[in-house]
Amino acid sequence: MGYPHQPHPRESLVLSKHFGTPEARTLDGWKKRGGYQALEMALGMDPVAIQNVVKESGLRGRGGAGFPTGLKWSFMKIGDGKPHYLCCNADESEPGTFKDREIMRWTPHALIEGVAIGAYAIGAETAYIYIRGEFTEPIERMEAALVEARAAGIIGPNAMGTGKTVNVWVHKGAGAYICGEETALMNSIEGKRGNPRIKPPFPAVAGLFGMPTTINNVETLAAVPHILVNGAEWYKKLGRPDNPKSTGTKLWSVCGNIVRPGNYEVEMGFPFGEFLHEVCGGALPGRTLKAIIPGGSSVPIITLEEAERGLMDYEGMVAVGTMLGSAGCIVIDSAQSMPKQIARLARFYAHESCAQCTQCREGTAWTTKILERMVAGDGTAEDFDTLLEIAENMTGKTICVLSDSCATPVISGIQKFRHEFEALITRTTVHAVPVVVA
Amino acid sequence: MSHGPSASGGATLKPSPGHHDAPHEPVFTGATRAALDELITRYPTKQAVLLPALWMLQEARGWVSEAGMAEVAALLGITPAYVKGVVTFYTMYHQHPVGKYFIQVCTTSPCNVCGAEDVVKAFLETTGCGELGVTSDDGRYTVIEVECLGACGFATPVMVNSDFLESVTPDTVPGLLARYQ
Repeated sequence: MGYPHQPHPRESLVLSKHFGTPEARTLDGWKKRGGYQALEMALGMDPVAIQNVVKESGLRGRGGAGFPTGLKWSFMKIGDGKPHYLCCNADESEPGTFKDREIMRWTPHALIEGVAIGAYAIGAETAYIYIRGEFTEPIERMEAALVEARAAGIIGPNAMGTGKTVNVWVHKGAGAYICGEETALMNSIEGKRGNPRIKPPFPAVAGLFGMPTTINNVETLAAVPHILVNGAEWYKKLGRPDNPKSTGTKLWSVCGNIVRPGNYEVEMGFPFGEFLHEVCGGALPGRTLKAIIPGGSSVPIITLEEAERGLMDYEGMVAVGTMLGSAGCIVIDSAQSMPKQIARLARFYAHESCAQCTQCREGTAWTTKILERMVAGDGTAEDFDTLLEIAENMTGKTICVLSDSCATPVISGIQKFRHEFEALITRTTVHAVPVVVA
Repeated sequence: MSHGPSASGGATLKPSPGHHDAPHEPVFTGATRAALDELITRYPTKQAVLLPALWMLQEARGWVSEAGMAEVAALLGITPAYVKGVVTFYTMYHQHPVGKYFIQVCTTSPCNVCGAEDVVKAFLETTGCGELGVTSDDGRYTVIEVECLGACGFATPVMVNSDFLESVTPDTVPGLLARYQ
């Protein structure tokens, strides 16, 4: 299994400090590095006080939506007499994203600690870590660390001797991107097909097994112990001073056509151009960078020029026409065909659609079919309008956002790289005579 | 979940003859049953162990048969039809027997731009499978394309059964396969 790259001097290592150190995977090794101090502190606090520290820190969800974590926790009514649940979303399947995998592979106890604190802070005695089935090594690492933590009494019916119950279990997925959607994830744990649920009711009201539930991403929960130990003020200082809405560090997964792919941890607001060219080594020899998908495949595609103007936080990415998402940064260079890659992304969404909403089931499939026909050289000028009309009908009209996610690269791809699609059309059908496809 | 007019992906398994006719020996006896019973204590409903139970079934038999689904259904108090609905939703449960080594090559865009399609070709040629989803004549290999394996920085990731391999290139395929005979 791969080791991470040597950290770049411009990285700010908080979550990734011990990536690549096998000793940090063990309970002893983790404790030597300050592990479980935060949990001990947390179990002596009032749950609402923990929620307030996290609120004050400005921590926002790292799975893609960027919802304020402390606020989300405060929706859970402590003492309502119902069982509460915490679900840790480790279904990491968004193309381009592979950061949670590294947290689980290298620092499993960091996640257990974050999960245990999160569970206690929302009044839950049981937490499930839902890990995608393909992540065989992360599952092994997490299970091994959980066995250690239970044996040492850190989690379980009398967590750290406080008399409080915090049970943490791994639940293994079985191959479905959509189970990373929070309500689909809950259905999957319940032993059902992973179809997203209509909201409301929101999970904090009726979630897993019909009970109040919070779902947090791996990276979000792994950041919590650091916030408790170092304080909200420390966390808030990480980031650019002129943007208090994005705080802390962020793990960026970088992949595709770039010299040094891998996971990088930088402060919020880091300049994207310097990040791509300096920290990640820039384009491969003899090539130039062309397109960047900064937040996992579901966010709008931007050009290199747009990316170079961007700042790497929630607002900085919006300012250049895209989103931070899960910070799974896909780099595409001059040797690639944009229509081909956009068609490939569409096929991904068609394959992963749960098929319960018509717009998504039909839209992802027809989008793929049209794009693949264009790539094969049988496109027509009318295809642009058809694709954009389908995309329009796929946006904001379904139970979850998988449908929107398929439309996003199509819309932004045609907008920014239309010439590449047109080149495919003029090559075969000069006057754009519609082609009837059986 | 392949469906609709674009169901052209490589993940569809093609049933191979044989295997299907063997009578079903119950899987959930002895230690396996005890392990399942322990799992049930972790959840407020029995049905919540459906995915884990299907994993245990597949581990024991190599695939998930209709008879196996019926056994799970009876244990958990749900119908075989319901279990089948769940099995067919998730891509990792094999509804047919597969080769001794089940090879999944990621070809989603991040790996695609790094040459994943050539890795697929190398596997199809070296294993003798020739075609996606088809088991080689000696029963040893089945190769499919898989959607994003979540290791995009280590293109191209490949799974061989539960082994997760990283940074596979067409050149390294023959050497890798030598380990899976």
